Amino acid sequence: MNNEKKIIFTDNSKIVIEALTEAGADVFIGYPITPANLLYHYASQRFPVFMAAPDEITTLQWMAGFSSVGKIPVTATSFPGFALMVESINMAYMMELPMVIILVQRLGPATGTATTGAQGDLLLLNGMISGGMSIATFNYSDEFDCWNISAKAVEFAVKHRTPVVILTSKEEMMTKKSLDLNLLPFISKYKREFYNSAETYIPYKPEKNLVPAFLPIDNEQHQVRITASTHNMRGIIQNSTLEAMNNSKRLHFKNLRNIEDYVYYDLDDIPDAKTIIVSYGITSDAVKEAVINLRKEGKKISHLIAKTLLPIPKKYYEILDKFETIIIAEENLTGQYKQVLYGSNPQTNIISITDFGKMINPAAITKQASNYV
Amino acid sequence: MSRKFLEDGELPYCKGCGHSLVANNIDIALQKNNYSILDIIIVTDIGCHGIIDKSFKTHTIHGLHGRSVALASGISAGTSNPKKKVIVLVGDGGATIGMQHIIDAAHNNFNITVIVHNNMLYGMTGGQPSEFTPYGFKTTTTPEGTNRNGYDLCKLAAIAGASFVSRVIGNVDFSDVLSKAFAAKGFSLVEVMEICPSYGVKANPGMKLKNILDAAGLEVKTFVNKETRSFETNIRTNVKRLLNDNENIPVKYKSNIDKPVNILISGSAGEGVQSAAEIFAKAAVSSGLNVSKKGNYPVTVGVGFSSSDIIISPEEILFTGTKDPDIIIITSKEGLDYSSAIIKNSDKGIIFYDSSVSMPETKATLIKYDFRKRVPAKNVSLYALLYYVDYSKVFPLDAVIETLKNDKLSSKLELNKLLDFS
Repeated sequence: MNNEKKIIFTDNSKIVIEALTEAGADVFIGYPITPANLLYHYASQRFPVFMAAPDEITTLQWMAGFSSVGKIPVTATSFPGFALMVESINMAYMMELPMVIILVQRLGPATGTATTGAQGDLLLLNGMISGGMSIATFNYSDEFDCWNISAKAVEFAVKHRTPVVILTSKEEMMTKKSLDLNLLPFISKYKREFYNSAETYIPYKPEKNLVPAFLPIDNEQHQVRITASTHNMRGIIQNSTLEAMNNSKRLHFKNLRNIEDYVYYDLDDIPDAKTIIVSYGITSDAVKEAVINLRKEGKKISHLIAKTLLPIPKKYYEILDKFETIIIAEENLTGQYKQVLYGSNPQTNIISITDFGKMINPAAITKQASNYV
Repeated sequence: MSRKFLEDGELPYCKGCGHSLVANNIDIALQKNNYSILDIIIVTDIGCHGIIDKSFKTHTIHGLHGRSVALASGISAGTSNPKKKVIVLVGDGGATIGMQHIIDAAHNNFNITVIVHNNMLYGMTGGQPSEFTPYGFKTTTTPEGTNRNGYDLCKLAAIAGASFVSRVIGNVDFSDVLSKAFAAKGFSLVEVMEICPSYGVKANPGMKLKNILDAAGLEVKTFVNKETRSFETNIRTNVKRLLNDNENIPVKYKSNIDKPVNILISGSAGEGVQSAAEIFAKAAVSSGLNVSKKGNYPVTVGVGFSSSDIIISPEEILFTGTKDPDIIIITSKEGLDYSSAIIKNSDKGIIFYDSSVSMPETKATLIKYDFRKRVPAKNVSLYALLYYVDYSKVFPLDAVIETLKNDKLSSKLELNKLLDFS
């Protein structure tokens, strides 16, 4: 046995909360809900500021308040709570207030089954911002993603003045595994910069990469105007001036452009494979096993694990376009990422493997995928 | 007094609207209290009052309908600058939608001042009644007059714990009241009574505000003015890391398994299934194995089944869900019911089960034992797992014993009984 290892037995919720705080997130506000309650519990021990909100609308509003004075707030919830947050997430998106929202998926619709996982909320995120605008959405495929991508989500939110969603699910946040702590790299705290010029501060004037400089609303030097209504660069409400329209459109293009620097995926590609299987989140480990099984049978298949889910990175199509058959495996009824990637009436070479109400078993994936390899 | 906090020129309201008077009184009161312009953060709600932002030279933030008080609460709790004064401007419509936020902010005593522009109807959405519309007051959708009284917000805020609460009629100079509200520590609320010139006056010609308030029993007075401790955000400077070396499980034992073993333990809630599975899992880690543990249980706590999928493996573990277990441990009828489909389909595994349950037909190897008769129900899961370790030798029993001794459970256990398999 290698005595240099530091093995712990942990759920990923603990890894996520530790990574977020190491990256600089300093406030957790939330209302507990299964299966996000471990995140809430660990946050209550680890964040410098922890606020127990009475509900999920208040949660997001308090977060927006903290964010407006320069703090980096995080929350974690599941669909019933997230649904209540949607208007306020749109508000924070329009106000350009950084924050991280972790959506731990469980089986729906509605209250559904709190203790059963699912991958059923991706399409909601894809259309959540009114106008069909993009919001950065990351997800984890294993404990190392929980560490690295959590930190990157904080960085993306702060650097680009935007809410960010991390999409995960019950088993990813609650199942425990042995882990060698020494395999987790050091996370350095993101160095945040505020506007520091003597010139008049214009709160929505785009700077580098379409991102306006940030200045806390409690500063002593410059007036800060923040608004969720359609507005010009100075933050003054305007109905439909060209400047105001361009400002609203910028929010979409800001995410679309900057996500390209935050494209995270694993590609297990083998020569001469004509079929690729795409997975994300909880289904990825099952697909990894299925791919091992299929290759043992002599079948040539590649595997793409998508970790940056939305907006869709251009790189994914560069990868996928080389294959004759594309299989997308996910734990929902209708094949949500398939619809995001290829629409609701995809060509016949786009195949869905789905299950509803339970984790997709590697054997089921192996069996179904072998028909297409 | 000339303006300091407001821009010069016309305010953006209808002629005769009390909202203009509110804005001007805010300016005067802020001057009386010697605030600087950037000491002030104005938080506006949705509604006619909310178009005032551009007229203020202060910091401004304009959010959603009804949520301004919650947003302001976040700003107030988040700022580390005690000089800042957070002022919420909200209508009676926004106060209706966000009533809970107002009560909550008063209850927490967040350091904010809420000024409610109560013109007794929703002005921006066509003049329908709010929860503050008094009995008999006519609106566009209640031309005969509303048939119930509105809330007395001042009484509600006072009961909830506000530091300062006052109601004024918005046709005079009430800057002294605002000045006191701004100076109060903690949550303060001033309800300014107005009549909307566009909808209220037209629907209720000749009606006097004072008469409306008298009829509704809404007193014009200061309800609360007390010294209190306002909300203080607890900022912890010495939080400990979650992933620290204390949790390190040293590898002291050795396992002889050469392939993964999938174990399903299934029993009743309240009988320690999850904690026993955790002890077993940690013992496996201390024996140099990779381990995963997934819990399955209904939403109820302490009732129904509880089960756990455990994988111990010399190799990396990928899929952690339930799949054709090698070992199934059943400690109760509820556990059997949950796992019966898996048991029926099992053709290679070994099933350890309590003698009190009747096994369905299965090709698995069956091993019956009196788990429940030999230990208290709360320890039956742990006992069954210890029995399995002793039987299978997947790793040394000492690994479990040491894990148990390091666990908070240990003081409550009689180890000799748990290790008696005679």
